[in-house]
Amino acid sequence: MSILEESFSSIHKKLHNKELKVSELVDASFSRIKEVDEQVQAFLTLNEEAAQNQAKKMDEALGTENTRGLLFGLPAGIKDNIVTSGLRTTCASQLLANFEPVHNATVMDGLEKAEAVTIGKLNMDEFAMGSSNENSGFKNVRNPWNTDYVPGGSSGGAAASVAAGEVSFSLGSDTGGSIRQPASYCGVVGLKPTYGRVSRFGLVAFASSLDQIGPLTKNVEDNALVLGQIAGHCTKDSTSADVDVSDYLSSLTGDVKGLKIAVPKEYLGEGVNEDVRNRLLEALKVLEGEGAVWEEVSLPHSQYAVAAYYLLASSEASANLARFDGVRYGVRAQNADNLIDMYKETRSQGFGDEVKRRIMLGTFALSSGYYDAYYKKAQKVRTLIKQDFDQILEKYDVIIGPTAPTTAFKIGEKVDDPLTMYANDILTIPVNLAGVPAISVPCGFSEGLPVGLQIISRPFEEGTVYRVAHAYEQAAEHNQAKPEL
Amino acid sequence: MERITKEQVRHVAHLARLSVTEEEAATFTEQLDAIIEFAEQLNELETENVEPTTHVLDIHNVLRKDEQRPSLDREEALKNAPDQEGGQVKVPSVLE
Repeated sequence: MSILEESFSSIHKKLHNKELKVSELVDASFSRIKEVDEQVQAFLTLNEEAAQNQAKKMDEALGTENTRGLLFGLPAGIKDNIVTSGLRTTCASQLLANFEPVHNATVMDGLEKAEAVTIGKLNMDEFAMGSSNENSGFKNVRNPWNTDYVPGGSSGGAAASVAAGEVSFSLGSDTGGSIRQPASYCGVVGLKPTYGRVSRFGLVAFASSLDQIGPLTKNVEDNALVLGQIAGHCTKDSTSADVDVSDYLSSLTGDVKGLKIAVPKEYLGEGVNEDVRNRLLEALKVLEGEGAVWEEVSLPHSQYAVAAYYLLASSEASANLARFDGVRYGVRAQNADNLIDMYKETRSQGFGDEVKRRIMLGTFALSSGYYDAYYKKAQKVRTLIKQDFDQILEKYDVIIGPTAPTTAFKIGEKVDDPLTMYANDILTIPVNLAGVPAISVPCGFSEGLPVGLQIISRPFEEGTVYRVAHAYEQAAEHNQAKPEL
Repeated sequence: MERITKEQVRHVAHLARLSVTEEEAATFTEQLDAIIEFAEQLNELETENVEPTTHVLDIHNVLRKDEQRPSLDREEALKNAPDQEGGQVKVPSVLE
């Protein structure tokens, strides 16, 4: 087994016992990338020299009394919409092909303090808009389990890099399912924290009321460890919550006796593939075996979530992406006669079709005469969806369903029809609208492709999400299988 | 019924500072029309007495003291600017 497939605790034991050096770990990451990334296409930019220098310094500190960070030496991949000081950050857009941030996102400061090693920046759907990674302005990420298939999106590179054993963990972002859906398609663990749990400072904004950064890992314990290092209040993000960060590791008790699970009938209905439904029912049986109880419930407004989401997220995006105008950064179109033409040419040449489509939808929904009918209506429906969750989570500890209605689909299969593509996120979007935390954990396979189990809980109860995910993972042991590349 | 016309798409593109070719305008009209039709299912719901949700967290007016703090120096602020002159960002003419 490659060292990068091992858990954090196993790697740390080897570092502690001097069976392994940080530089060997970091070298293993780059050589794996050289071996498989031509197929997977998860990375847009590598941080090789800086990472190797950092590793050498860390090796010198090994065995001294210097306090070690909880992510000491672990190779990390970072989604390319999280700004990294001095390291190119493109959001997978041609418009930002040359952008080198002058500061770090708050989460990067967290990783630095925990002594993780940044290996490189990960491919994604342009500005996080997409569910398949086919909207990257550079190249498509491919699913490590079968490279003819999409890895999901928008954090496709973040999920694929972990599944392919290129890094120990990655950071992604989730606006409507962008961590959980690719985690499900690639067979890794991905958490979307409660809105406000992790600072968005330095996350290039897509839809500010929905975006959250979260970790992707091979197992639940590692995931909890990473979250502990990036969560917390941040004065640079006014929507970051001043709520204490719990000790997530202490939640991993393995005990789910008496746990009350709600299973929404809308998450098992039409459009959910039969194998996916069967894997979910098997997973519920595993949790029942551990002493949990489940009941079918209804989240009656689920069917309206996708429509409300596309209006709200696109409206917010149309405002957020106004800043990409070729003035202060980015690739400016040449030969424009005046300022307005320069804006238009820069944006038209720099943005891909999906980004343009969403900016136009959002501009339309916010424009005079349509604001009440579309934008405000969607905000009211968001209230109804949030109330659905509040009511169920008053009576139950967690809501469980599949992460996505199907497994990964073939590259090119849905690319021509935006509405079919949007339907992939039907089970993840409501969670962002409600602002609650949710995880995707592997729960088996359908025709050789991974299926994900989604566990949702109350605001700021990531500990509960992790406890249930961990108990399931330990009882089911699905995370043993590895893709062959 | 057409929900959005090609003229509206051109107008929206202008508002969003995007230039669209004739072909793009036709494709976007068709696609946006389908998306808006899909969005109109929200009208099935009675929402007259429902408060809109702009944000899930109960946070209002996060303020800080108006104190002088260090910020980016000029060189850093201009590092990514596509064009500059005399320590300032340069753009094409604003007035005709």
